[in-house]
Amino acid sequence: MSINHFDAVIIGSGPGGLAAAIAAKENGAGSVLIIERDVELGGILLQCIHNGFGVEIFKEDLPGPTYAQRFINQVAGLGIEAMLDTMVLDLTADRRMTVTSKTHGYQEIKAGAVILAMGCRERTRAQVRLPGTRPAGVYTAGTAQRWVNVEGYMPGKQFVILGSGDIGMIMARRLTFEGAKVERVLEIMPYLSGLTRNYVQCLQDFSIPLKLQHTVKRIIGGDRVEAVETVAVDDRWQHIPGSEEIIPCDTLLLSVGLIPENELSRQAGVRLHPLTGGPIVNADFHTNVPGIFAAGNVVHVYDLVDWVTQAGYTAGKAAALYARGKQDLPARHISTTAGENVRYVVPHHFDPIHIRQEELSFQMRVSRPIEKPVWVEALAGTERITRHALPYSRPGEMITLTLKPEHLQKISIIDTITIRIVER
Amino acid sequence: MEKDNLEQPMEIICVACPKGCRLEARREDGEILVSHAGCKRGKQYAIGEITDPRRMVASTVRIQGGLHPLMPVYTSAPFPKDQIFRLLDHLRATKIQAPVKAGDIVIKNALGTGIDVVASRDMT
Repeated sequence: MSINHFDAVIIGSGPGGLAAAIAAKENGAGSVLIIERDVELGGILLQCIHNGFGVEIFKEDLPGPTYAQRFINQVAGLGIEAMLDTMVLDLTADRRMTVTSKTHGYQEIKAGAVILAMGCRERTRAQVRLPGTRPAGVYTAGTAQRWVNVEGYMPGKQFVILGSGDIGMIMARRLTFEGAKVERVLEIMPYLSGLTRNYVQCLQDFSIPLKLQHTVKRIIGGDRVEAVETVAVDDRWQHIPGSEEIIPCDTLLLSVGLIPENELSRQAGVRLHPLTGGPIVNADFHTNVPGIFAAGNVVHVYDLVDWVTQAGYTAGKAAALYARGKQDLPARHISTTAGENVRYVVPHHFDPIHIRQEELSFQMRVSRPIEKPVWVEALAGTERITRHALPYSRPGEMITLTLKPEHLQKISIIDTITIRIVER
Repeated sequence: MEKDNLEQPMEIICVACPKGCRLEARREDGEILVSHAGCKRGKQYAIGEITDPRRMVASTVRIQGGLHPLMPVYTSAPFPKDQIFRLLDHLRATKIQAPVKAGDIVIKNALGTGIDVVASRDMT
């Protein structure tokens, strides 16, 4: 069997994969291939028919499919190849893949550089351990979104949604648009996990009640969901006796978080971060395995698609340079440590060469909401390298800190920087 | 044209930026007064919400001969909030034929608002 060789192979064609493919081609990769398991390019954007995409990159408020279309058109124009309806079965550390599909059969592919862009999967019922019976009618919000927006099925008539993530709130509105009744949205945390604008435009506009510090105690129903029993919880997620309520419904949707999808990464020996669930990467989104890069939600879950696109550009460019043998190996690693109130920081480490000429942005999530003015600070030991002020910090909103060439001197002799968020 | 009921102060969560200020709007001598706004945009947002609330609307229409049975569509501009469900009824009754290009007008001047409903993607 012949082995097909490509300079850059991108696994996944969501916003991260599309941007990576474009950047790889534009930076000199001669042959670029996107492998996509669905029958068309675009990934999950195609089912996100609501607006709100592209505000950063295009300064326009676009629906998901429109945002995807712009990149799909660019990919076609650049002569990037795509294998659709194709599954990557295996990836090795020397960048060989076995793939299979109805149209292409079983093939081996070798890549000069690989960009992982598989995105995320949704957390399911089993992963949040919901008690009760096991009837039909318990779905993840994204599955319901695919049915309602792409395939044309309504999964129920009367809904309860667990989790106040953005997909959950957006589905609450969408189902209301299609004539369903959304009884309520439950959130175990004492704060919203999605964006405020989605609370206003998806729940408040349609008088859908949001119950903070509430969860599902039990699912009730034989063949089909008949009701859920909800319960209030305290700050330690313990059920508060006497607060139970039976809510009749035929469908329970789960919007309880996303997990980066990294089965292939693990096979190739890519080291994953315990908190993000995604690869440990440097400022080029290069993983620990030479020639394997990662872009987008496969690394960590972003708030905005625009930032996923940016990450894809960075990874795609670096992958092209690597495949052409034009990327020097890092001379030095400086690791980034999550300090006070910071859950994690991406990139996890960087070569100081990166800030010799241009800026380098670090993205992070906070571990708890602070509704007061804060400093975002980078420290080298006890010495402050830089800081900037924010009016508040919330777990639902990613925070960025930028190092500039002028900071190079302060980090020239250290091997770790700490980023922390403290009250002003 | 104002059908707002502002004898009672009205609470509005501002979505002009992600901060989510809780504004309070009330009417005094025919003028709308906004308090607790963190910036100018907040005040404008509150006045817009009271005098002429609008939202972008995204939904689907049925399509024949396409890869999928549904075509995602959206309004070319924010649509009057009180007419959204009428628009959705109209969309449910609409059926189009593939191929369609992103940006193609699916419904011109929907409900006489001057706002078009356009296709969100290509579909063949």
